[in-house]
Formats: sequence, C-alpha cells, structure tokens
Amino acid sequence: MVSEPLFRLSDLHFAYDSGQPVLTGADFTLHAGDRVALTGPNGAGKTTLLHLMVGLLKAQAGQVEAFGRLRIHEKDFVEVRPRAGLLFQDPDDQLFCPTVAEDVAFGPLNLGKSRTEARMIVRHTLARLGLEGFENRVTYKLSGGQRRLVALATVLAMNPEVLLLDEPTNALDAETRARLITILDSLPQAMIVISHDKDFLNRIARRWVRLEQGRLAEG
Amino acid sequence: MTALAEVSHPHTGSIDLPPLQKGGWGGFRASEHLLKTVDARLRVVACGIFALTVVGLTQIPSLLMALALAGCAAMAARLEFASTLRRMAALDGFILFVLFFLPFTVPGEGIFSLNGVTASYEGVLRAVEILLKANAVVLMIMALLGSMEPVELGHAMARLRLPVKFVHLFLFTVRYIEVLGREYRRLRTAMKARGFRLRCDPHTWRSIGYLFGMLLVRGIERAERIVTAMRCRGFQGHFHLMTEAEPVGRRDYAFVGLSVMAACALIILESLHW
Repeated sequence: MVSEPLFRLSDLHFAYDSGQPVLTGADFTLHAGDRVALTGPNGAGKTTLLHLMVGLLKAQAGQVEAFGRLRIHEKDFVEVRPRAGLLFQDPDDQLFCPTVAEDVAFGPLNLGKSRTEARMIVRHTLARLGLEGFENRVTYKLSGGQRRLVALATVLAMNPEVLLLDEPTNALDAETRARLITILDSLPQAMIVISHDKDFLNRIARRWVRLEQGRLAEG
Repeated sequence: MTALAEVSHPHTGSIDLPPLQKGGWGGFRASEHLLKTVDARLRVVACGIFALTVVGLTQIPSLLMALALAGCAAMAARLEFASTLRRMAALDGFILFVLFFLPFTVPGEGIFSLNGVTASYEGVLRAVEILLKANAVVLMIMALLGSMEPVELGHAMARLRLPVKFVHLFLFTVRYIEVLGREYRRLRTAMKARGFRLRCDPHTWRSIGYLFGMLLVRGIERAERIVTAMRCRGFQGHFHLMTEAEPVGRRDYAFVGLSVMAACALIILESLHW
C-alpha cells in the first residue's frame, strides 16, 4: 500500500514583490520517512520553498497539499504549522522567551496543553537532546551551539510529523555538529534539510533534491 | 507521568547523549547575600513603598534618613562601591543642570547673587531636597531591584499582575537589546575596518545616520522573523508565562516588616517639626 504523501506541491510559482521570480513551476512530494537534502545555489529560493510549505508566504500560482488536504488560506495553515516544525536559520529569531523552559513550552501551551503537561514535555524534550538542567537558563546568555539545540527543542516539543530544517549546521562547532547529527539521525520524522554542508547531508539525507532556476530536480 | 509523556510524544526515541557542558552562568539561583533570598515580588513592592514615601518627604532630616536607609540596603545587597557611585554620579550629572537654576528661579530670601541675579535660600533648600530624594530612591532601586536578573524582575512583575503588555515589552527588551547591541557592534567594527573615524564633518554624520538607519531596518526585519517563528509554533495572540511562584517564607515576612517599619519611621520623622 502506498501511503498518502505528507506534502504535495504542484506547479508552484512565486516571486517577491520586487520582481525576479523565485519559483517557476516547482513540483515536489514528501512521503513519511523521507529524508530530503534540499540543495541549490544561494538565493535559489530554498528557504522560500519551506516558508511556502507552511503558509508563511503565499504562492502566486500552484497548489500546496499538506497532510491530505489542499491548503489555501491562512486558517488552513494554522493546523499545518505545528505538524511541520520549521527550524529557522538564526536561533535568535526563534528563541524569544526569557528562559529555556518558557521557550520550549510556548508551542505546547499554544496547542492547548496544560501547564503541568507543558512542564513535562519541556523536561522530556530537553532530556532527549541532552539538555538536562537547562530549564532556567536565560536564552540570550546561551552559546551559539546551545541556542541551536534549544531552538530544535522548541520545534520537537510540538511533536511534529515533518521537520523542515533551514541550515541547521550553520556556525556550529564540530562537537555540537556531531551531536546534532546523532540527534537528527535518531528521529523518525520525515525531514527536509537545507544545507551547504555536503558531509552533513551525506550522513542525514537519503534523497537529494536540487533547486535551480525555479524548479526542483531529483538526484 | 510516563504515560502522559508517551501520549504527547509517540515518537520517543531514546538517544544516548552525555549532558551538554553547561559552562558559564547557570540560571539565577545565586544566593550569596541576604537580600537576594527575599522573594522578588516583595522586593518590587518594598521598592515601590519606599519610593512613594520618599517622594512625599520635604524635611531635610527625614530625607537624610531615607538616604541612610537606602545606603544600608545597598550594603546589605553588597553593591560594589565604585560602580554604584559611578551610576549615581551619572544620574546626578543629569539633574544637576536643572538644580543649578532652582536657587535663582524660586522666590524667597536672597543669600548670594551671581552676575546680578539673586539666589534664594528657599531655592537652595528645594534643590538639596530634590537631590536627596532622587539619590535615595535610585540607590534603593539599585539595592533591591538592581541586584536581581532582569528576567527575574520581569517574572516578579508578571506575578504581581502588572499590565501584561508592559511586562512583555520589558521582557522582549531584555531579550533583544543584546542582539541589537551585537548587531551595532558588528556594523561599527566593519566601519572601523574600512578606516572610519568619528569626526565632525558631513561624512561622519551621514555614515552614523546610515548606521542607525540600518539598525532600525534590521530591527524591524528581525521583529518580523520573530513573529513568523512564533506563528509557526501556534501563536495566535495569546501569551503564556510559565512562572512558578515560590511560597513566601519567614525571612520574606521579616523583610516586609522591616520595610513597613522603615516607611513608618520616615513618616514619623517627617511629621516632627524641626
């Protein structure tokens, strides 16, 4: 039995207000368990593609199907975002709460979990990432690597079915990078990973997709 | 507990990872002096009571007493002498300019004249009064509030049910002022690397204008990215602060008692006629 794909993008067209088209008929399908490396030159629109998938940007033409339903309006995407966790390029954009615990709990609380449940999720998620005892740390005083891992924790705390990772190894030291690889490799979720780090992609990805001149090509 | 954790996390895979090196600064649990162990909320309230009382005082002796009390609190908080003095000097430099004109503008009995303008005794008294008030209040704020982490202060304000918008504005400021500061320093270093020096010419003014303009643009862009990231995590305009209030203990009650006694002493001293 072939399962329903998690995401199906068909014939997406997108251009920013300022002109130059970014996507010109992009097609893409993501199945459960897929681990996709999304590569392409700078400015090719890789981040744009991820943002289109969770409705942070709206395509001028084409369709976004997510979790078995066509998604068009903002309210369709509200349900998609917790299920497709997006990790931003800069952890400083993602971590905005004063303490780590509050930041990790932010998503679960928005999803209607009680404080007790949220606290449990926080402890659990931090433990999974080897971040025990970080609950009361102040986010702006964390190191770059710690910030990245905590940002990942905030995404995992919502228990997404898909992970969209935007240059997760950017500016990481060797130790944190190795730790991140171990973590990602152990996760069951389908992933799309944007990166220029070939070695990292070789160890995580099982499928390669290249974005060039507005279109996606396998291989 | 395990059951719940599993319900909310069906994909639980256990990964064998050593705990990350914490290094540096761990939370705000430091308790190396007496004042720090007092509940943050009570410190905020005590600070408010002190400030309101002192603002109402007009007699020099009671103001001196207020300053002495603030000094005691500063010692209890183990404020560093030199840096505290520097901060107070910064404040005084700010208000001295205003105070300088008071003796000449407040009418009353003349005591000396400068360039034909007479300074009044009442004016001098008024200036001294304001100087003492400002210093007493600021010193007390530094002792009670300055000794806590900004985040702790934010949480205390939230627990005291201060307006939510105000608390969030404060916490966002705390969180991002350093990020903006870093951005500023990066740009400034990059300018220096290309031979930029502060001078008094149009080129300098224009460049500094660009610098602040760029900071503003980046600040707005970052704000937009943050809101986007928040929406990705299900944010729909409602905020949840995970604050756990610790129960008020015996030491906290003692602190409240002391604060109220100090305020009463100030008021009694004020009501005596000198």
